[in-house]
Order: sequence, then C-alpha cells, then structure tokens
Amino acid sequence: MSQTIERIETIYKAISELSKLEQNDEIVKTIARLRSILIHLEKKAQKEYCVWDRIQLARHIDRPRAQYYIDRIVEDFIEIHGDRSFSDDRAIIGGIGKIGKHTVTIIAQNKGNNAKENVERNFGMPHPEGYRKALRLMKQAEKFNRPVVCLIDTPGAYCGIGAEERGQGEAIARNIMEMSRLKVPIISGIIGEGGSGGALALGVADRFFMQENTTYSILSPEGFASILWKDSKRAEEAAEKMRMTAKDLLGFEIIDHIIGEPTGGAHKDPQQAAHKVKKYLIEQLDILETKNIEKLVQLRYERFRKYGEFGMAT
Amino acid sequence: MLDNLIKKTKKCDKPITKKRDIPDGIFYQCPKCKKSIYKLDLRQGAGVCPHCNYYYPVSPKNRINITVDKGSFRELDVNVTSVNPLDFPEYEDKIETYKYKTEQNEAVITGRAKIEGRNIIIAVMDSRFMMGSMGSAVGEKITRAIEYATVHKLPLIIFTASGGARMQEGILSLMQMAKTSSALAKHDDAGLLYVVVLTDPTTGGVTASFAMLGDIILAEEGALIGFAGRRVIEQTLKQKLPQDFQSAEFLLDHGMIDSVVKRDEIRTVLDRILRLHSKEDKK
Ligand SMILES: [Zn+2]
Repeated sequence: MSQTIERIETIYKAISELSKLEQNDEIVKTIARLRSILIHLEKKAQKEYCVWDRIQLARHIDRPRAQYYIDRIVEDFIEIHGDRSFSDDRAIIGGIGKIGKHTVTIIAQNKGNNAKENVERNFGMPHPEGYRKALRLMKQAEKFNRPVVCLIDTPGAYCGIGAEERGQGEAIARNIMEMSRLKVPIISGIIGEGGSGGALALGVADRFFMQENTTYSILSPEGFASILWKDSKRAEEAAEKMRMTAKDLLGFEIIDHIIGEPTGGAHKDPQQAAHKVKKYLIEQLDILETKNIEKLVQLRYERFRKYGEFGMAT
Repeated sequence: MLDNLIKKTKKCDKPITKKRDIPDGIFYQCPKCKKSIYKLDLRQGAGVCPHCNYYYPVSPKNRINITVDKGSFRELDVNVTSVNPLDFPEYEDKIETYKYKTEQNEAVITGRAKIEGRNIIIAVMDSRFMMGSMGSAVGEKITRAIEYATVHKLPLIIFTASGGARMQEGILSLMQMAKTSSALAKHDDAGLLYVVVLTDPTTGGVTASFAMLGDIILAEEGALIGFAGRRVIEQTLKQKLPQDFQSAEFLLDHGMIDSVVKRDEIRTVLDRILRLHSKEDKK
C-alpha cells in the first residue's frame, strides 16, 4: 500500500474517534479540517493506486459481499437452493426478488467476511453443483421471462477431487453455452475478484460492469507467475502485465461500465457502494426491458464473437 | 552401433529441432518402456508402441491422415496467426519458434474432409504448439470452423489436445471460451451433430468450453483429461492423487464421457456415429 493510502486510513480512524467524543466547536472544526485533507488525499490516492493496491482492495476481507448487496438492493428476496442432483453449493447464492420495479433472478458468488463464513462459503469457489444450480435458476428465469442478474466474486472455480469427479469443466462449459442463448436479458458484474472460467461461467451477459476496485483475469497473478515463471512470488510483476483492472477491461470492451466506489474501497462505505450498484442495475434493467429479446440474444452473440486479436500470416 | 541409430526423443531447446510426432531415425526408444521400436512399426501403428501400448502424440497432419478419407482434406483459415495484444515479453519469439518447430501457424488445424464419403468439418489441436494452448488465433480458427459447419449444415468433429488458455494473451484467451461455446450453441440450435475426441492432454479452459459440449464425447485410451492441473489439486489438498485420476477411464467411470476408444478404432467409431446421424441413410 502506498503512503497516501496509509495516511488516509489514519485520518479515517482519527475522524471516527473524534466523532465518538462529546462534540464542541473545537472538535467540529478539527473534523472539518481533517475531512478537507481527506478529500485532497483521496484524489491523490486515486492516481497513485497501482494494480497491486487494487487487487488488495478487490480481495479485502471487509469488502461487502453478494449477500450484503442482495440485502440492500433486492426486495422480497426469496433464496432458492440446490442443483436437484447432488447438493446445495453455498458458494453461490441464488434467488428471486425485486430490484426497483423489476422482478429478477439473482445468482451470486458469495465469499465470507471472516474465517468461519469463508469455510461455509468455500471462499467463493463453487463446485460443479454450484454452477448447475445457477443454470437451473437461469432456465427458470427464462421460463418466467424475468431478467438474470449475476454478481461475480470468486478467486476461481474450486480445484479438488470431487470437483473433477463431478465435471467442473463440463459445468462451466454448459453455463457459458446456455447463457449465450438464454432468452432473457442478463446483467453480470464483478463485485470483488473475477477469477478465470469460474467467473466467466456467470459472465456471458448483455451488460457487464465492474466496480472500480475489482479485477477480472485469466488466472490469479500468483498462479500466472507460477505457470509462466515458475515463481509465484513474482505475482506483483505478473499483475502489472496481465491487464486485469476495471480500466483495462473497459479498454478491451469486455465490460461496458465501471461503477465507482467510495474512496478507499467499497468496504469504507458499503451503503454508498450498494446504492451505486442498485442505481446502475435499475437503469440497465429499464433499458433492457424495452429490447426485443431475439435481437438482444443476437447482439450478445456478436459481442462475444468479436473478442480476440489475431493476424494473418503472409 | 545401435545406440547411434536411436534418436533421442527427449526435448531439447538448443539447437532448435523441428517437432515431429514420430522422430527421424530407424529405431526409436519408447519413452515409457524404453524398448527400441522399429520406425515402420510405429508409423503403421499410428504412433502406438508395439511393446507397451504407449501412445505417441500425433501431429494434426498425421491425425487427419489416419482419420479422414485419403485426399479429402481441405484446410481452412491456414493463415490465421497470433499477435501480441498485451505486449507480453518474448511472446512473439515464442510463437515464431513453435511455427518453425511444428511447421504450422498455430496450435490447431481446421478444414473440411470426408469420412467414408460423408462431408464433415474437422479441427485438430496440437499439444506440441505451446502446449496446445488457446489464445485468440486458436479460438478464432475453431469458431470459424464451427460457423462454417453451421452454415453448410455439416457435422463437426474436434480432436482436443490442450493445456488450457494461453496465459500470454490474458483475459482475451478467457473470452475464447465464450466465443467458441456461443458458436457451438448455434450449431446445436441448427440440429447438427458435434462429436468431440478428447486426446492427451485436454485440460483447463478447453475442458471448460468446447471439449465438454459434444453431443457425443469420445476419449482416446489413456488420455489425461481434467479441469484443474494435477499439481494444483495436490498442492491445494496436500495429498497425492491416485494414478488413474483424470484418465479417460476415470472420466468414463464418473459419467463424464461416452466412450473410451483405441487410437486405431477412432475412424471406425466416427464413421458409425456419422452413419447413425445421417439423414440420407434414414430414407
Ligand atoms: Zn513402449
């Protein structure tokens, strides 16, 4: 973390301590002064963030999780469990509810905010049954003609014996293919980490957003460095080369929008972060609602069809 | 001296040697059982060791030769080649080296061909070309082959062999999974047949996209097939995995594929599948 970010953290703490005291003119003035310094520092910090800082923010243990956004954004939410063939994968939350006036199906990867939650949620790393639950909910959404909203936050799909035995590859592949032709609007977005195929399996969408301090990549920088240079300690160097920030992804036209975060990251002011996500989702649902679905699915195909850069050998 | 006639099959980088599926020399040493194999035996046996049944990797060219009707193959999109979208250090040099070694432009060859007179579209991946990894060019070639099959209402056969997504192209490689799978959805919507033959090794992003989407999924005997790499799983779980983990036979046992086929029987099996799906034969 840069010095600026450290100073911001210190000032935040000071303000919070001062606010707890009995207020007098002196304290009110001090808080106001600290806030103006903060605004200045925050602007500076925005420019100073290196990729590695953003990765730390994307992975921050206090970062608001999908459950938080669902609680804040979705009304009348009813959670739906299970893939109907093996189990209920707690790494993915699925359900139905209302965002503004729109009834939608929500599918969201959910990490924990502490060790206990992370064990329950498997650190947001789904098994095949998680992806199959997601697919079941997408087909259900199609039947009842309601849009699908996917919130992505995973280091990647789980790598383990059970995951291989039950076809992790097939589960991801099937979701990707079925999403590409699902006859309802789909909005996907990254609210933390977007790790590899495990993220893409919820990411074939008509609208794709990333929050400002999130990442989307082919692999974790640690894994990338370990594969290419046989040295996972070179992760920071890998992160610089991988082009995995929201800005990079916008440049590749892989995402459509960057949703701003409170300074210092979404965890500094989760309510504000949720408010921005909600506003964005309602805006886009309003637009997508008016579209002809055949046309929308065709545009979705064309969107993914154009990805990639190649040349012609002479 | 017999030793001099045994060409070392071990990979060495300097000087650059051309990658052949079956190397030069009169005798080879089998990498598995270490016995000497007579060149003609290996060629006639489609790269299978007559002593221990070891499967030598086959180049796309030879794979096509042993699979489709003689002289029927017409290559498509020969010239599609990789660029360096992330300006990744040394990536271009690497591509050039593999082009030279394999005498191909990329890690997949696609084209039209016939099996027992029936038209098909075929794509064959090459594990010798940067581990058969999928970047933009490989994704583009496969997508074009799928689209060609859809437009011309032809069955599609893909032989997979890949270590997964190509790291040097970052997120663009990931997007190839979506690109190829979306194209397959259209081929599927058109009611057309797609047969996958998984060969050694098929892992990562290829497993998590077109490799697992066949109407019928065959696997070559003994092939390694999986999503995550064996080492990654061993490191995560801190335990050794059984020998047959992620083998073709393991996948068959777990209901993930339809059949395990011997190399020299693949053509026959493909022909039968094509016949059973042919509209003309139904009349
Ligand atoms: Zn042998």
